Amino acid sequence: MFLALREIAFARGRFALMGSVVALIAILMVLLSGLSVGLVNDGVSGLQRMSATSFAFQKDVSKDAAFSRSLIDREAVDVWARQDGVEEAAPFGNALVNGKTDHDVAIDLALFGIELDSFLAPRVAEGAGLSGAPDEVVLSATAAEEGVKVGDVITVEQTGAQLRVVGVLADQHTFGHVDVGYLPLRTWQEIRAGVREGDQVPDRVYREITAVAVLGEDVDLAAGDKAAGTTSMTTKQSYGASPGYTAETSTLQLIQVFLYAISALVVGAFFTVLTIQRRPEISVMRAMGAKTAYLVRDSIVQSLILLALAAAVGVGIGLALGAVIGSTPMPFALEAGPIAVATAFLVALGLVGATVAVVRIVRVDPLTALGGNR
Amino acid sequence: MTEPALVLEEVSLVHGDGDESITALDHVDLAVAPGEVVAIVGPSGAGKSSLLAVAGALIAPTSGAVTLGGTALAGLNRARLTELRRTRIGFVFQTSNLIPALTAIDQLRLPLTFGKAEAPRDPQELLEAVGMAHKAKRRPDQLSGGERQRIGIARALVTRPSVLLVDEPTAALDRQRSQDVVALLARETRAHGVATIMVTHDHDVLHHCDRVHEMIDGKLGVPAPR
Ligand SMILES: Nc1ncnc2c1ncn2[C@@H]1O[C@H](COP(=O)(O)OP(=O)(O)OP(=O)(O)O)[C@@H](O)[C@H]1O
Ligand SMILES: [Mg+2]
Repeated sequence: MFLALREIAFARGRFALMGSVVALIAILMVLLSGLSVGLVNDGVSGLQRMSATSFAFQKDVSKDAAFSRSLIDREAVDVWARQDGVEEAAPFGNALVNGKTDHDVAIDLALFGIELDSFLAPRVAEGAGLSGAPDEVVLSATAAEEGVKVGDVITVEQTGAQLRVVGVLADQHTFGHVDVGYLPLRTWQEIRAGVREGDQVPDRVYREITAVAVLGEDVDLAAGDKAAGTTSMTTKQSYGASPGYTAETSTLQLIQVFLYAISALVVGAFFTVLTIQRRPEISVMRAMGAKTAYLVRDSIVQSLILLALAAAVGVGIGLALGAVIGSTPMPFALEAGPIAVATAFLVALGLVGATVAVVRIVRVDPLTALGGNR
Repeated sequence: MTEPALVLEEVSLVHGDGDESITALDHVDLAVAPGEVVAIVGPSGAGKSSLLAVAGALIAPTSGAVTLGGTALAGLNRARLTELRRTRIGFVFQTSNLIPALTAIDQLRLPLTFGKAEAPRDPQELLEAVGMAHKAKRRPDQLSGGERQRIGIARALVTRPSVLLVDEPTAALDRQRSQDVVALLARETRAHGVATIMVTHDHDVLHHCDRVHEMIDGKLGVPAPR
């Protein structure tokens, strides 16, 4: 500590510069973390807030687009309901549509078709729940941000179907970045099939559903799939089947990994340059009998002080910025856990970078201290 | 004469090997007693710094024996040699080589942070002894060459070494300051019973020394009477 603190005070300009770089990286980390969590919320909060434990899709449907591709006969619901451990099984319909309200507000919706008496029926926070009328819809709390409220009538562009907004849910319910709208299964089936007013509706339309939503703790999914001819995913696995989810989260993870690497390299490069500049004095100290461990420890303490202070400042600024961003409609949510982990990683990898750099250079020959002629 | 603090017997040092090899030290014999100042003079490249490096456990001789306070250096591992340098040997370098970040008083405290010293001298008192107490808070870049060299000497003495190895301490100093610095070295050496070897080009400071050896082509000559 003796030398470490005095060296930092002496080279405070350089340390401040380096500290700002680390702080900026920390800010970026916090914002990225907020964006990750926000995107996850935006992508799958509609699924997270459903009580279903798993979904049974069409057999062998492509895993990353199951919600949009899958179409099965509702008889699978009864098969699933009979499986061991299944408390309830209910038909579930999922479709992304474009709509426009009677106030000319454009809104994209993820329509969740459900049966009113099933466990999927939503609880509203404002207005009324679904009463059974075919043209009712209940929207995510976030729809208000789009300017849609109870009493509005939404026209589905694809079919011209008209939906009355009767209630609003308590929290954010979004799926694939658009607001979720719960509506009666029959209405959903008509919209999905593209039925327009006055069309003759074939019977099979009212048999089509996206998936069977299953509720039950110890369900043998493989056995159920075999009996019902479906392909199941747990609700967590099904996040990957929501539009863009996998691509977004893996991109953000990649960016985070790069940030860690950058921070380790930048801190390593800084300590390389710093230590190379200190070479003459290091060789003097070695001649005077300082152990390698002493010199390395000294640099590690320096890098720890640098990283910890800079990360603290950066995270602080990041949280302040995040609070501002969080109040906008941007998909952004700050959670302590991911930020703490990211900060720990940042500091740890920075330390690794510094240590690798310093250990290499500190081995300078103490002989070079003798005589200016060498 | 008391028991010598430092003995070199038949010490040779060869740099490189084969045709390229350079004999820096050629069968050197030297013993230095506590309280004695031995000067080494000689042309550039004669092997003077090499002698200090070998005596100071910075480099192992190719052949011959170095004995420090009764301990033979041959066969000691790196950690033991580092320990010996820290506790028994003091170095004063040509350009003082102080640590830029440290104030004068901290330069003296630094060696004491490397490990436990048996009977360290008080940095403040030592700074007074070398006449630098009034500039205790100055950093090297705010000090003159002579002042830096005084602090360099004090730094080498703070762990109370038995051997002091000094390489051209006056190379960067004018006449008067050279006299002052070498006088200081001689005074401290005698007052504290240190065995000092000083390499120098400066013949005007030799009268402070007890013996003067000339070194030519790695060979140490017999002491010239002063
Ligand atoms: N690391 C080394 N590798 C090879 N040769 C070396 C090395 N160090 C010193 N030498 C050679 O050993 C000889 C003695 O060098 P040394 O530095 O001891 O001389 P010196 O008497 O101190 O000279 P100066 O008065 O210029 O400081 C020189 O010929 C030098 O070139
Ligand atoms: Mg030399």
